[in-house]
Amino acid sequence: MGKLIGWIDDRFPLMKMWNEHLAEYYAPKNFNFWYFFGSLALLVLVIQIVSGIFLVMHYKPDAELAFASVEYIMRDVPYGWLIRYMHSTGATAFFVVVYLHMLRGLMYGSYKKPRELIWLFGMMIYLALMAEAFMGYLLPWGQMSYWGAQVIISLFGAIPVVGEDLTLWIRGDFVISDATLNRFFSLHVIALPLVLIFLVVAHILALHEVGSNNPDGVEIKKNKDENGIPLDGIPFHPYYTVKDIVGVVVFLFFFATVMFFFPDGGGYLLEHANFIASDPLKTPEHIAPVWYFTPFYAILRAVPDKLLGVGAMGAAIVLLFFMPWIDRCKVKSIRYRSNIYKINLAVFVVSFVILGWLAMQHVTSTITLLSQIFSLLYFGFFVVLFITSKNEETKPVPDRVTE
Amino acid sequence: MKKQILTLIFSILPTFAFAAGGGVHLDSAPIDISDMDSVKRGAKHFVDYCFSCHGAEYMRYNRIARDTGMTDAELREELIFTTNEKGEPTKVGSLMKVAMTDDYAKKAFGTAVPDLTLTARARGADWLYTYLRTFYVDPYRPTGMNNLVFADVSMPNVLSSLQGMQKAVYKKETRQGVEVEYVDHLELAQPGSMSAEEFDAFVADLVNFMVYLGEPVQNERRSLGIKVLIFLVIFFVFAYMLKKEYWKDVH
Repeated sequence: MGKLIGWIDDRFPLMKMWNEHLAEYYAPKNFNFWYFFGSLALLVLVIQIVSGIFLVMHYKPDAELAFASVEYIMRDVPYGWLIRYMHSTGATAFFVVVYLHMLRGLMYGSYKKPRELIWLFGMMIYLALMAEAFMGYLLPWGQMSYWGAQVIISLFGAIPVVGEDLTLWIRGDFVISDATLNRFFSLHVIALPLVLIFLVVAHILALHEVGSNNPDGVEIKKNKDENGIPLDGIPFHPYYTVKDIVGVVVFLFFFATVMFFFPDGGGYLLEHANFIASDPLKTPEHIAPVWYFTPFYAILRAVPDKLLGVGAMGAAIVLLFFMPWIDRCKVKSIRYRSNIYKINLAVFVVSFVILGWLAMQHVTSTITLLSQIFSLLYFGFFVVLFITSKNEETKPVPDRVTE
Repeated sequence: MKKQILTLIFSILPTFAFAAGGGVHLDSAPIDISDMDSVKRGAKHFVDYCFSCHGAEYMRYNRIARDTGMTDAELREELIFTTNEKGEPTKVGSLMKVAMTDDYAKKAFGTAVPDLTLTARARGADWLYTYLRTFYVDPYRPTGMNNLVFADVSMPNVLSSLQGMQKAVYKKETRQGVEVEYVDHLELAQPGSMSAEEFDAFVADLVNFMVYLGEPVQNERRSLGIKVLIFLVIFFVFAYMLKKEYWKDVH
């Protein structure tokens, strides 16, 4: 074994990589609950890729055959139902895990210097993930697949001058059709997964270059022992590998509960109308985006003007990219920041959740008004943060991690 | 074109939300999906009463046989009455396609007849259970019948010989200053061959079959799920002990 590794090491940096990223990557010893979601996101990515590979073996990206091929997978392919539910549950799990991972970043200031690029790569992953999920949702070719895509693609039509040509270019046809299905399939199974994997590698490389942040927001590299090892650091492997396995098991418990007992999530994960084959002539009574897009959809709906609505929806995402520069406070962790910041972040999170709920409700004047209020609170987070963070009253930050 | 797309979007946007449900009370379907005898009876009812017009084109006959414990011979005896294009009896492994074409259906009913494989997943068991029991006489409809859950439905009441004919009892009420007339309840005007209890049980079996038809694997899914969860609980104990062991020297 040792000889084989030696042979490889003479030709490829195997042990060097193992050490740099696992055995001698020193992570702060005070990671808490919130630090499970990075490795869980990686796990879900693997679940999606592996289940996706098996789905593609049986799925037919053809407007005439797509819907039936999904039912073929559900009925005739041995354990096809398991693979399909794994993939559909995985989409939801991906967003749950990524949203919690992003919230962790906001709480502990993980986007701040020197981790700006980690955050930017992460935001790009989030964007690619949204595109991936949106295109994947077309593939079952049910009514909600069809009409959801119709509505979302039409949003690009709001862009002045080029909008209409742009929607035509995206669809490859005047309506959603076989051409659209084929290109979305290609993008969903090849292009975007490649982009995602590239970005995930960049995200992790950037992280391992500067080192992980932690719940205290102190830089463990400032206090090293005589061997140059951070005093508050422990090797990722074996400490965090064994800890993450516990997190993985708990996560899989929830994942399996949904996958085996509530695969359609009461119509929120697999929407009822998507069990009806797509019909370009029949618009479903109610077209609802899947839950992970609803907060942004509520913002779109809150603005009376369509172009401004699309702009607001885009801004809701784009603003997050600029977090490292909007937040001008030097203190990273929420533990040592002002009450203003704590309240501001809490309002932001609550607004995000409520917006998600609002987008699922039937439009009434009250719902619209509430959507407008919570959209303002959502954007207010960034404004308040930019203004108050410059001279924020913070608590003293300890030199070493506290646990 | 631009105007059309804008109109389309704005007509869709407000409805980008979940349905309120139309306001009709749905009766809870008394079904038990693990009761394979009920599913088997429902399959028979389905073939007898639905299958001449509606297909179940994603389902294979012998899947029903396998899941309800029938032999191929019993399957041919009880559920397969059709022939293929060559005039031979339909094969047990065939998909449950229906002979009626959409063109014919449009002439006969004014609309294509929907496939029923996934209807229980799209509409829900309670909807089906209520829908099939709430047809009532309405002389203004082409079929002479209307439905409480699915207003102005094109489907005739194929179960009327069993259930009998129901008529609507209307009630008037003033709502926000406007007098409106609505169906208060249905009452049996002419009895069918079954009592109300027998008919409800008949529809429950049929709905139970349709729920099974929507996802034939569901019983297997749940039983595998329990095993997986038990495994994860046991695995958790070992994973947690491993973590404790490694972490005792940290601090």
